[in-house]
Amino acid sequence: MKIHEYQGKDILKKFSVPVPRGEVAFTVDEAVNAAKRLGGSVWVVKAQIHAGGRGKGGGVKVAKSIDEVKNYAKQILGMTLVTHQTGPEGRLVKRLLIEEGANIDKEMYVGITLDRAQSKNVVMVSTEGGMEIEKVAEEHPEKIIKETIEPSVGFQQFQARKLAFALGLSGDAFKNAVKFLLALYKAYEATDASLFEINPLVITKEGNVIALDAKVNIDDNALYKHPEFAELRDLEEEEPLEIEASKSNLNYIKLDGNVGCMVNGAGLAMATMDIIKLAGGEPANFLDVGGGANAETVASGFKIILSDKNVKAILINIFGGIVRCDRVANGVVEAAKVVDVKIPIVIRLAGTNADIAADILRNSGMSFLVAGDLKDAADKVTKALAA
Amino acid sequence: MSILVNKKTRLVVQGITGGEGTFHTSQMLAYGTNVVAGVTPGKGGSRYKGNEKDKFNREVPVFNTVADAVKEEGANTSIIYVPAGFAGDAIMEAADSGVQLIVCITEGIPIKDMVQAFEYVTKKGVRLIGPNCPGIITPGEAKVGIMPAFIHKPGRVGVVSRSGTLTYESVWQLTERGIGQSTCIGIGGDPIIGTQFIDAVRLFNEDDKTDGIIMIGEIGGSAEEEAAAYIKKYVSKPVVGFIAGRTAPAGRRMGHAGAIISGGKGTAAEKMKAMKSAGIFVVDSPASMGETMKQALAKKYKATYTIHAKKKTVKKKSAVKKKSIAKKKK
Repeated sequence: MKIHEYQGKDILKKFSVPVPRGEVAFTVDEAVNAAKRLGGSVWVVKAQIHAGGRGKGGGVKVAKSIDEVKNYAKQILGMTLVTHQTGPEGRLVKRLLIEEGANIDKEMYVGITLDRAQSKNVVMVSTEGGMEIEKVAEEHPEKIIKETIEPSVGFQQFQARKLAFALGLSGDAFKNAVKFLLALYKAYEATDASLFEINPLVITKEGNVIALDAKVNIDDNALYKHPEFAELRDLEEEEPLEIEASKSNLNYIKLDGNVGCMVNGAGLAMATMDIIKLAGGEPANFLDVGGGANAETVASGFKIILSDKNVKAILINIFGGIVRCDRVANGVVEAAKVVDVKIPIVIRLAGTNADIAADILRNSGMSFLVAGDLKDAADKVTKALAA
Repeated sequence: MSILVNKKTRLVVQGITGGEGTFHTSQMLAYGTNVVAGVTPGKGGSRYKGNEKDKFNREVPVFNTVADAVKEEGANTSIIYVPAGFAGDAIMEAADSGVQLIVCITEGIPIKDMVQAFEYVTKKGVRLIGPNCPGIITPGEAKVGIMPAFIHKPGRVGVVSRSGTLTYESVWQLTERGIGQSTCIGIGGDPIIGTQFIDAVRLFNEDDKTDGIIMIGEIGGSAEEEAAAYIKKYVSKPVVGFIAGRTAPAGRRMGHAGAIISGGKGTAAEKMKAMKSAGIFVVDSPASMGETMKQALAKKYKATYTIHAKKKTVKKKSAVKKKSIAKKKK
């Protein structure tokens, strides 16, 4: 689960990770009042969306007066922010974070995540803060320094020291960085996070170490352990169709193509998307209906796929193992009656009772295109698109 | 032969009295798998015959701990059907009990639990398959998982895949062409899994009853590349490969920092490139996995080595070309 920067910083603060003082604002008035409460002479007005690259897109502004806070808040609230992570359609900004300014000396980077190759967490730092870290990884991999965490003992002091020295720090800044890193890892473990990214990690002229930004993702599988995080979910940041799908226990991801698909199993679903491409179409979605492909789930699948107006054909690909194909076929027929699908539907059912299923589909009086195998399914999709 | 499971497998089912455990145990028993025990803490000492919906074809003794099942019934393999919140613990209990192989079907285990469980099984030297996988089957001998049994046929092709239904798809394509399987393993789609492609490929390569290998990967991580490097070096049996997710959008499944560690690895294009350079028959369409294996097996009897030798000579040629071009430039 992704959460907003201000929410992430609230969590960090609870674990004694230094963050700038700040307040969330949903309106211009709230922004102005927040700035007044914070005091000082410099504020940062930051758009809160679930995507990086906000500064470049014009979503982060430094204000030197309350009037400027007001103007920037007006400007950013309600704007559609386009960054390299939002896609061309961008995201509507509905929340702001108003923060006190920091006396920045250096900008660094720190991230914590799982290293799949080792099946262990890694803490990584880089002196190249404030930049797109993917670019650093690609162009200067040597500038990213990693420490692997042994699960049985956890993140050790010496590892934090190694990382702080690798950042070229000394004196107070070094001491504060060690403390920062240890506290950050503690927060990561305690919250069942799957990703922490502090970019930039700021060293102030006074030698303080502060998380100027905070990207926090929580492991979805562990959310049941943290009921307190449920309220942090911002549904407005999610694709409405994907929320709708999750209500019916469907795993749906919207794409930009013209052929919708409905499949059981994530691997087969991805492979079906690939087949659509090979057949000359573009997949309109990823949709895994899981183990229980019954009339109800198929009907909700149809509804969700069809609410995407770009869809010109649908490919249903079910490998019936535990789920019997005749049941799936009956489900498809029932669902198609209820939903009234007007575009071609190619169906490929394989596995248990596939023959009976094919008969059910052919005798349904509906114009399903029944495919024998995957290749046949691809050919039928090509034909359906040409028609 | 086969790998990891066979007629000698003595299986203990963790979570045998739960809904999933009951259903799949009835299926495994029906297949002829030697299920010797079940474990449900608190129900030790009883005998279980399934429920109304899913009746077993014989009784199975239930124990409180996996260690008891090992001691009393000589269990050597465990399969786990317990809910996600308890699965990490179940894996560690199995690893501590003396079984040699653990198959974890459970989906949705928290990452933190798996980091611990993975380290524990590694230290204990026990093999883990999964989690979030369909399990493993040696057709005609033992089904230790949730795969539909009837699609399989005993034979000499090994199948290894991250995905469940895509494994079934490839197995079905083989069986339809009369090609049987030695063993089929679903290694699971989670970021942390016990057995990787490289482990399965090594076992298949060392198994003298396996003639060819189908390896089905998907986007993310770099396990396919690691297996490809191994295949390039050590494997002379024909390998057919497919990578699912060429049309999947970047960044949807993997977080920002995840992309750093893999250093640009994880795309389908990259994996396919690595696999092709290892001499793997990489198919563009998942529809042609079975047919390609059929052709690859046929080639084996005529000139197995030329599959690799050809690739190598092509490479050498291109290397020579490059050199001569470089000379010309000079």
